[in-house]
Amino acid sequence: MNSGMKLHIKNGRVIDPANGIDAVQDLFIADGKIAAVGSAPEGFAAERTIDAGGLVVAPGLVDLSARLREPGYEYKATLESEMQAAVQGGVTTLVCPPDTDPVLDEPGLVEMLKHRARILNQANVHPLGALTVGLKGKALTEMAELTEAGCIGFAQAEEPIEDTTVLMRALQYAKTFGYTVWLRPQDPHIGRGGIAHAGPLASRMGLSGVPVMSETIALHTIFELMRATGARVHLCRISSAAALDLIRSAKQEGLPVTCDAGVHHLHMTDADIGFFDSNARLTPPLRSQRDREAIRAALLDGTIDAVCSDHTPVDDDEKLLPFAEASPGATGLELLLSLMLKWAEEQHGQADALPQAIRKITADPARTAGLSAGTLSVGASADVVLFDPRVRWLVAPSALASQGKHTPFLGYELSGQVKATIVAGHLAWER
Amino acid sequence: MHNPQLNKNGELQHLLTIEGLPKSIINHILDTASSFVSISDREVKKVPLMRGKSVFNLFFENSTRTRTTFEIASKRLSADVINLNIAASSTAKGESLLDTIDNLAAMHADMFVVRHSQSGAPYLIAKHLNDTKQNHVHVVNAGDGRHAHPTQGLLDMYTIRHYKKDFTNLRVAIVGDILHSRVARSDIHALTTLGVPEVRAIGPHTLLPGGLEQMGVRVFTNIDEGLKDVDVIIMLRLQNERMSGALLPSAGEYFKSYGLTPERLALAKPDAIVMHPGPINRGVEIDSRVADGSQAVILPQVTFGIATRMAVMSILAGTHG
Repeated sequence: MNSGMKLHIKNGRVIDPANGIDAVQDLFIADGKIAAVGSAPEGFAAERTIDAGGLVVAPGLVDLSARLREPGYEYKATLESEMQAAVQGGVTTLVCPPDTDPVLDEPGLVEMLKHRARILNQANVHPLGALTVGLKGKALTEMAELTEAGCIGFAQAEEPIEDTTVLMRALQYAKTFGYTVWLRPQDPHIGRGGIAHAGPLASRMGLSGVPVMSETIALHTIFELMRATGARVHLCRISSAAALDLIRSAKQEGLPVTCDAGVHHLHMTDADIGFFDSNARLTPPLRSQRDREAIRAALLDGTIDAVCSDHTPVDDDEKLLPFAEASPGATGLELLLSLMLKWAEEQHGQADALPQAIRKITADPARTAGLSAGTLSVGASADVVLFDPRVRWLVAPSALASQGKHTPFLGYELSGQVKATIVAGHLAWER
Repeated sequence: MHNPQLNKNGELQHLLTIEGLPKSIINHILDTASSFVSISDREVKKVPLMRGKSVFNLFFENSTRTRTTFEIASKRLSADVINLNIAASSTAKGESLLDTIDNLAAMHADMFVVRHSQSGAPYLIAKHLNDTKQNHVHVVNAGDGRHAHPTQGLLDMYTIRHYKKDFTNLRVAIVGDILHSRVARSDIHALTTLGVPEVRAIGPHTLLPGGLEQMGVRVFTNIDEGLKDVDVIIMLRLQNERMSGALLPSAGEYFKSYGLTPERLALAKPDAIVMHPGPINRGVEIDSRVADGSQAVILPQVTFGIATRMAVMSILAGTHG
């Protein structure tokens, strides 16, 4: 690989939230690492110079939830297609949940996935291991072995543990070794089989609902268990105002908890289901306007640590079905940046909205996941994205590299086009 | 957002729901139905309005009764009717829902009458037909999940108009399993669109969906209070599988708390009418003395249902995509 290439990226607006940088500066890359910001290191002879005039130069994005569908669901997407989507979207580090087929509950599977990803040499893939064998909520996985194989945490994906004793033991065990447990709070019974936010709209449309209390009841349980065990928990894809209030108090109390939200929930509500548009069928469901406003506010006040793409490729056959039968999920890797720019644009008059938006998809998720990524500090791995914040593009199947072509944003015009993505000093993608 | 059941000129292209349907279209359907009622009394019960047209009854969920009423309505309009019972869900092995539609459309179907267990399924079909430029094929929703049963809603409105003439001074109570009822939803939208000042929903909390108030409905859990001074009572069928379990303890207790007895009926206005979409559960939601009594209009509903469905189908057949 050409990771040794010396790159000079000049005249770009460098935004590096981790170091509080937002200025037109030059960036120098050598040996796969950031060599300098500002003026060239002594004796630096660039093999390639990229003129980034008019572009933003930022750390490569860190996405805390991207399903790559391998192993097991290659008809929905392959590692090749999704890694391509990642770099086209400026994502250089991604965390993938363990709900593949077979689930990531054995070290061999994790090693294979890491190996396949390494060969493709695009984004860095960090799998989450299954917290319980087969995600069945009964027996603990070999967490130490899985960590050695490359897992950065343990999760149940969309399978809540029914037996609270098992959840407590899992947290105790994870605490023993200092592992983080990633949980999407959902009650195993309330809202099961639900397909839309339980509210006036679902009632009107005759769709079975997922009540907000499915999320809050689970949070109460998780927080009690955290108090008892001291385990560190990352909460995935929070969807409601009530849940954010609970998390805000838990953080004030000092519990070792972090959380993220899916980028769709930052912009959309259950009203976007429109006339049963299965592209808006997501897990957790899109909620009310009040919930959306709370998510946007929690992003500003820091209750939400990171925003993820919740990338979930689904093939046509599984979306062209009646709403309730359609598979949930939307493609997201190539929309994450643009949707965060949209959020920044909507923070009218907020001077640092753009750096703040970038922070939530770079430095903050990296810190949350315990990864050394998401920064342009000298010596850090040279994971960089160059994008033009002014170019507008139409969200259409043909514009997406991902094998998943379904998103509720189809037909939207969004700002922000990635021009180049650099991973560990090599140009992984260039427009 | 484009309303998929209206064409560019605001005419009815498909009948998918009553929600959002302009009052003028509802009234046009009811007026047209009124002209069809007498046809059923004639020696020759047929008009040639849909001669040469093919109507496909696509029943992904079994319902002999509803299918029969559509079949009769089609035949009285001189259409050719093809009945397809595709009882299995579209996710079962084999042809997908939209493949089925494309195949039947290729056989030159003019209209699909669709019954499906999933809310919104007829929208998927209508959208697909519009997306694939098959706008000449019309879709009639004959009941989708818990969402809508617009022809039932319309025939209920026809019945109410027949007996009460004016909607704007009525109190209407809908009693029973509102949560799972597409009929209740269609009735509520129709009643509020037609200007009924007070629509009530009566049932235990376990059978009342959230958000009814936002649909313009007054909620009662006590049936005696809810029936007071109403002009119209619409009873809903309680499905067998919901009679015991986490929603209700037993059919007996349900009848005790919510069954329509002559004593309860006496709380309504003296000239109140009692409706039911059928089939009725005697002794579960309704006492036989009420079902067979002078205030019940359950059988006229069935008769009006044929005329209403004829009206819907003939209006759609006259609309060009």
